[in-house]
Amino acid sequence: MMRRLEAAVVAFPAGLLGRTALAACAGISMLATLAHPARAQDGERGKLVYEQWCSQCHGLQGDGTGPAAQRMLTRPRDFTRGLFQIRTTAGGEIPTDEDILHVINVGMPGTTMPAWEALLPEGDRQALVAYVKSFYPPFATLPAPVPLTLSSGGRASDDRIAEGRLFYDSIQCWQCHGQAGRGDGPGAAELDDEWGNPIRAADLTQSWMFNGGSTADDIYRRLRTGLDGTPMPSFSDLLNAGFMTDDQLWSLSHYVRSLSPADPPQVQEVIQVERAARFVEVPRLASDERWDEVEAFYVPLVGQIITGDRAFDPAVTSVWVQGIHDGTELAIRVTWSDRSKSPDPTWQQLWQPRVLAALEPKGLGREPGARPDRLSIQFPAVIPEGMDRPYFLMGDSDTPVNLWQWRSDQTRPQRATGRGVNDITTTGPGILTSDAQWVNGQWQVVFRRDFEPNNAETELRFELGRPVPMAFFVWDGDSGEDGTRGAISTWYFLNLEEETPVSTYIAPFLAFLITGALGLLAITRARRRDRESAIGGTPAAATAASTS
Amino acid sequence: MRESKQLFRVLMPMVLAAAAAGCGGGDSGGGGAPAASEGAAAPAAMPFDVATAGNVSGMVMFEGTAPAPAAIDMASEATCAAKHTSPPTTEDFKVAGGHLGDVFIYVRSGPTDGMTFPVPAEAAVIDQSGCQYVPHVTGVQVGQTLTFRNSDGVLHNVSASPTVNRPFNIGQPGAVRETNRTLTSPEIMVPLRCQVHGWMNSFVGVTANPYQAVSSEGGTFDLRNLPPGQYVVEAWHSRLGTQQQTVTVTTGQTAQITFTFTQAMIASAVVPMGAPLDPHDHGPVAMGTGSTGEHVHGAAAAAGS
Ligand code: HEC
Ligand code: HEC
Ligand SMILES: [Cu+2]
Repeated sequence: MMRRLEAAVVAFPAGLLGRTALAACAGISMLATLAHPARAQDGERGKLVYEQWCSQCHGLQGDGTGPAAQRMLTRPRDFTRGLFQIRTTAGGEIPTDEDILHVINVGMPGTTMPAWEALLPEGDRQALVAYVKSFYPPFATLPAPVPLTLSSGGRASDDRIAEGRLFYDSIQCWQCHGQAGRGDGPGAAELDDEWGNPIRAADLTQSWMFNGGSTADDIYRRLRTGLDGTPMPSFSDLLNAGFMTDDQLWSLSHYVRSLSPADPPQVQEVIQVERAARFVEVPRLASDERWDEVEAFYVPLVGQIITGDRAFDPAVTSVWVQGIHDGTELAIRVTWSDRSKSPDPTWQQLWQPRVLAALEPKGLGREPGARPDRLSIQFPAVIPEGMDRPYFLMGDSDTPVNLWQWRSDQTRPQRATGRGVNDITTTGPGILTSDAQWVNGQWQVVFRRDFEPNNAETELRFELGRPVPMAFFVWDGDSGEDGTRGAISTWYFLNLEEETPVSTYIAPFLAFLITGALGLLAITRARRRDRESAIGGTPAAATAASTS
Repeated sequence: MRESKQLFRVLMPMVLAAAAAGCGGGDSGGGGAPAASEGAAAPAAMPFDVATAGNVSGMVMFEGTAPAPAAIDMASEATCAAKHTSPPTTEDFKVAGGHLGDVFIYVRSGPTDGMTFPVPAEAAVIDQSGCQYVPHVTGVQVGQTLTFRNSDGVLHNVSASPTVNRPFNIGQPGAVRETNRTLTSPEIMVPLRCQVHGWMNSFVGVTANPYQAVSSEGGTFDLRNLPPGQYVVEAWHSRLGTQQQTVTVTTGQTAQITFTFTQAMIASAVVPMGAPLDPHDHGPVAMGTGSTGEHVHGAAAAAGS
């Protein structure tokens, strides 16, 4: 019953999966208002719609202090200062009406700002533009904003990307965004926005999280206009100063775009574990080059907001998962962006206290301290029959889960049995081994174990071709995460491929076939589940509902 | 309504172009939306008979002990660290022998209200040198070019957080020696900071007329060539708040005033803004007379902004 309720809470339709849970919390009371569609004079329409749909986050006075605001690290915008990020106008200038309408329509990926195009009629959205502007009176007196004349940028090529990298270095974008673009630059721990809230330099390897859109075109615009109200400056002056040409700014945009996958990552429910070539051991090290040959599966994470100390805006929003087995042994590598190798003194001092002070819930257990980064992989203790899976949040008393735990301040992993979040017993590493590396804002952690467990009574035994449910938990220590305050995934399936590749030509083809089929299966299943929960919230909550 | 908007769109580029030409160009249009048209006109004469002018000259004192400057760790930017012969420190309090430097002094109200003054042809320059702003406090006139120089050869960003003017945030790599902006409305004060180097901060006072000064290290300042009459002069300090005094300017004379800040006025945090200055507000201000002007405590001023 409780879990169903949580699922309903997550029903709020938000733009981006990874941040849905957050928007959901804000949505509680909005859902309540849904049932009473309002009627009013046209002139008051904007106010009415705003108070119904926007004020939970942006506040009745438009000052960004709605009841849900404290749960978001990227705070809802305070409109009273007239600062807008996604514009076609020069740095510091007010946006055009079209700019505001556009952002209302498409939302701001990577934040809780939802896309409203499909949810509100055009007239309402127009009325909202006027109402949002009314919170900053100078809109009425400032001259109408003039959009910049923006060029269009030709195609990306290896040469252009290489040229772009040169400018990334000579401008020193890495001061904030880091050498590999993951937002881990030397100045990143100290950044705050115009309201004094901590702000993360964008992770340029996750373009699908960019506030203003992911294309090279979008990036070029952001570089020309800056993101007002954030530390991200405008670089238009570099063109005037003759530092670089417009074409070179395009190269830089292409370079930034090239840091992310060409297409936004798709969620696949089944994570395929490839079979290593015969008689070759599975990789022990996180840095083993064979990992580059293996497909990586994208797993989005959401904040744990169901129980205990909640994480409304977790630092890690996704992991990439790879697997290799050799018929008797399994290796899983989990890769994710993390701006600091916690506990990092700089981040612990300059970042963590500000995050803990900014995010609800505040208080006990939230003192800044040396917290490690952590990863847990969860399996059921026994392979369940059919589609049943234990409660995704560390199991329950009837259906325990196995946990493989890794933390950045220890060299050996831990095995644990979970019978619920408050009932976790660790049993030492046993035959489980791990290896980890943190390079340029990225963790790569490998777990390795024989198919046969230490203790067949309480631990999972892997079998070829028999998909095993698997879920992930990640904590960023320097963001103050630990305990139940972290990022979680729903259940995925880990499938150990039976086939030993006959030849290198056939293997990829087979993999393609199998993945395709399983992908289809996953999609159908996902669709069905979507229909069941009717409202398509977070995977976590959907699962919570379907397992209760 | 629609039409007038359209008209605006057609006219705006022209207005902007005119403004840019008049201000010596270089401004990418980021500074502030309302174009500074005052400065665009041919060299205007002073709006009063200069032969009648008088001066104000004065001193800013500090009583008590100023907090010791804090050391700045520039290890993350070796180029800047190497530029400093002695360890760099914060610049909030420039106190020497009871004299207070880096206080912004300007005419808050007086006979000059409503007069239009020629905009200085010379730019006000703020140098980013050794990862600090030189000077720490700067005055510009509305429409005057404000030049950000980068003498460091490393990336700085110049992020301005005004409340009256529009903000800007310029990315200025080491190789871009100068970038210009103009501020279009009077404002006491516009805080500047660099987010690449979190310790870099600075303040710009923007006034409608040329009667402004920043106190020297010896605490002295001069306001020259004012039309005769009674003025309210305000002194602003980033941590000590503001004080006002009335002073009467007489033709051919130099009136003397002294501002005294005390240790007790220290606000814990930087107080960037006094009360937002409305250029059209000439109404009475709380003030003292003579040399003991009433002061607004820093914290109180901050609460009001
Ligand atoms: C779930 C919370 C939430 C709700 C509901 C919400 N917003 Fe937002 N909105 C945000 C956040 C967070 C930001 C700031 C994102 C950032 O700074 O990167 C934002 C930013 C904005 C911006 C600034 C865009 C820019 O270019 O900087 C506008 C405009 C806006 N929202 C309009 C609306 C309107 C209109 C509604 C109601 C229809 C609404 N928002 C509802 C969370 C919300
Ligand atoms: C002073 C620090 C700083 C510097 C220097 C900087 N950035 Fe950023 N950048 C940020 C921050 C902070 C954000 C995140 C803004 C937000 O989340 O709203 C950001 C966001 C971005 C984004 C994402 C835009 C979006 O739509 O969300 C891109 C792309 C980007 N920066 C590229 C660059 C490039 C390229 C350079 C160098 C030319 C650069 N940045 C220099 C701080 C910086
Ligand atoms: Cu700097």
